[in-house]
Amino acid sequence: MSDTGALLLDMTERLLVEQFDDAAMRAARAGEWPQDAWDAAVAQGLPLALVEGEQGFGVPLAEGLALIGLLGRHAVPLPLAETMIGNALLARAGLPVTEGVIALVPEGAGITLEDDTAVGEPDRVAWGRNAAALLVEDGGQVGLVTSGFRTLGQGSNLAEMPRDRMAIEGPAQIALLPGTSLLEAGALVRALAMAGAMQTLVALTVAHVTERVQFGRALSNFQAVQHSLARLASEAAAASAAADLAAEAFAGASPQTTVAIAAARTRISEAAGIAIGIAHQLHGAIGFTEEHRLHWFTTALWSWRDEFGSAAHWTRRLGQAALAHDKAGYWPFITSV
Amino acid sequence: MLHFSSPPRHDAAEQLRGEVRAFLAERIVDRTPLQRAESWNGFDRGFSKALGARGWLGMTWPKQYGGHERSSFERYVVVEETLAAGAPVSAHWIADRQSGPTLLKFGTEEQKAAILPRIAAGDCVFCIGMSEPDSGSDLAAVRTRAERVAGGWRVTGTKLWTTNAHEADYMILFCRTSGSPADRHKGTSQLLVDMKATEGMTVRPILDLAGQHHFNEVHFDNAFLPDGALIGSEGGGWNQVMSELAFERSGPERFLSSIQLLLELIHALRGSDSELAQMTIGRLTAHLLTLRRLSRGVATLLEAHQDASTHAAIVKDLGATFEQDLPEIARTLVDAEPDRESTRDLLAVLAYTMMSAPSFSLRGGTREILRGIIARGLGVR
Repeated sequence: MSDTGALLLDMTERLLVEQFDDAAMRAARAGEWPQDAWDAAVAQGLPLALVEGEQGFGVPLAEGLALIGLLGRHAVPLPLAETMIGNALLARAGLPVTEGVIALVPEGAGITLEDDTAVGEPDRVAWGRNAAALLVEDGGQVGLVTSGFRTLGQGSNLAEMPRDRMAIEGPAQIALLPGTSLLEAGALVRALAMAGAMQTLVALTVAHVTERVQFGRALSNFQAVQHSLARLASEAAAASAAADLAAEAFAGASPQTTVAIAAARTRISEAAGIAIGIAHQLHGAIGFTEEHRLHWFTTALWSWRDEFGSAAHWTRRLGQAALAHDKAGYWPFITSV
Repeated sequence: MLHFSSPPRHDAAEQLRGEVRAFLAERIVDRTPLQRAESWNGFDRGFSKALGARGWLGMTWPKQYGGHERSSFERYVVVEETLAAGAPVSAHWIADRQSGPTLLKFGTEEQKAAILPRIAAGDCVFCIGMSEPDSGSDLAAVRTRAERVAGGWRVTGTKLWTTNAHEADYMILFCRTSGSPADRHKGTSQLLVDMKATEGMTVRPILDLAGQHHFNEVHFDNAFLPDGALIGSEGGGWNQVMSELAFERSGPERFLSSIQLLLELIHALRGSDSELAQMTIGRLTAHLLTLRRLSRGVATLLEAHQDASTHAAIVKDLGATFEQDLPEIARTLVDAEPDRESTRDLLAVLAYTMMSAPSFSLRGGTREILRGIIARGLGVR
């Protein structure tokens, strides 16, 4: 990693730790918009951190994407991942970038882009109520919408993050998005965030079993606990590897980007299920309470697994791509990813 | 937090991949799917020599010992391509992967000069003398003893589960050179055994549950080994063996040894619109891509001389689980019984893989040992 990339990660980590103590996390989960934290993120330039070229930080995209993992590690209750990748895509499409909150409305959400206008009523839009701009997708094109939309109904995912129903009928700056799709890019940031959240599951669980004493010794002394923990760490490692594979394909504009993202979403979905189960099991009853922070991460994982395409969607697509090869072609297909 | 490095893009390695594929397409064209499924149990000295002649064994070693001074990424390509194709690699496998590197690192000048060029030529088969009747996972309980005598050593004891002992030219013997089993790691050493010319040594076959002969029991009855047999330092055997194991545990063989079954399954399912088939192959493909990424990450760490023992244990544990799941998943998708004699390739390969599967989480470190290593890496042991 370059010095600039490492510095950016380090600064962002400090910002997140400073802004999101337990009280701030609880307030955000209760529905309060963390304006101060958002302002701090904007002051640090995070909305433009993934933009390539002159408008961005000059950090290679592959490195910048590590920021998304960091956001996942802290289960950050802000639309930073959406805004960061949104700006990266806007720049790629030759549209203007913005420092305001961007909400992403990918293919399949029922948007029509025609005659410089976006129309539709998408549901489950992440942070729709806070959005200054929408980046929508229809038929291989994307549109930037900065007016003519409103929130019809507020909802949330399992981690109490806003997922809203929107009404859109407004002017759109339409462009082709080369090399990827909004759905794919959204799926990638969720994959990276999930890998980050799973690292936190490992850290929280290691800390808990080291501190918690039963039968006169720390839980970590029991071999059954050690082996469960090993399995948790292995699944977290697999999730990180799968997310990195997808991020590098995306950043390098690999022709197999879609396959890499589909693989990451498929593998991480399974890994998250196993990891969540073990983390809760090893935390015991305290981890099942509102008071304990474990559920900030496990509920986020439960939701992120199926956002920007369900796990079933990505697994099916990966299976179709794999089955397009005969037995002589399958291995070359694997090594091409 | 455990970090698996990103494997760098390596143009020379990718160019080599094409050469290896072209060679394999011609060289093993006649191997049936069942023969390919034997994977690293397929023994063919002719094939190993042909690979050696292409410069694809001992690839990373110095030229003075017959090596080719190429990167470990290029070696990785040769290894994964030969495995994915189901080439018979057993006659060079152990020597190229671990015995050669052990000799290179710890061996005497004489040992290196005499043996490494032969391994690189594909003309020298090795076996590993680690396990014993009372020392499996608990390697430090080793009982086989080598006593100093005039001009060399006298060895007494029994090695078990020794793959290819009946074919091998040499064994690297892990044994006790001082103290007693109670001393555990201390007092152990590695000795080079000439399998073709050591008197007082007998090799007895042990058939596996499929009736195949890969394992052996090797009995040493006051067998004489010359002075030059010691590898590395006397008493340094434990540390030497541990450094060997990271190489043994993270390679592509840890998730590719059953790939012929996946290929046959894909062949059988192709063209069906079955959503179950798509979902299943999608899931298995995601696992395979992730395992390959993890394993290449370990190769990158090893290339940079970083400790990767915990990482390697993760790759091996996840890889074994994936490979053991494969036959269980395959059988839910096909309407037939596994049958070694079947003319349907899928059923024969399924039977073979099913009967091999229990060994996947035993060989090279059991699942329980690996999870203990991972737990230690996490700081809880």
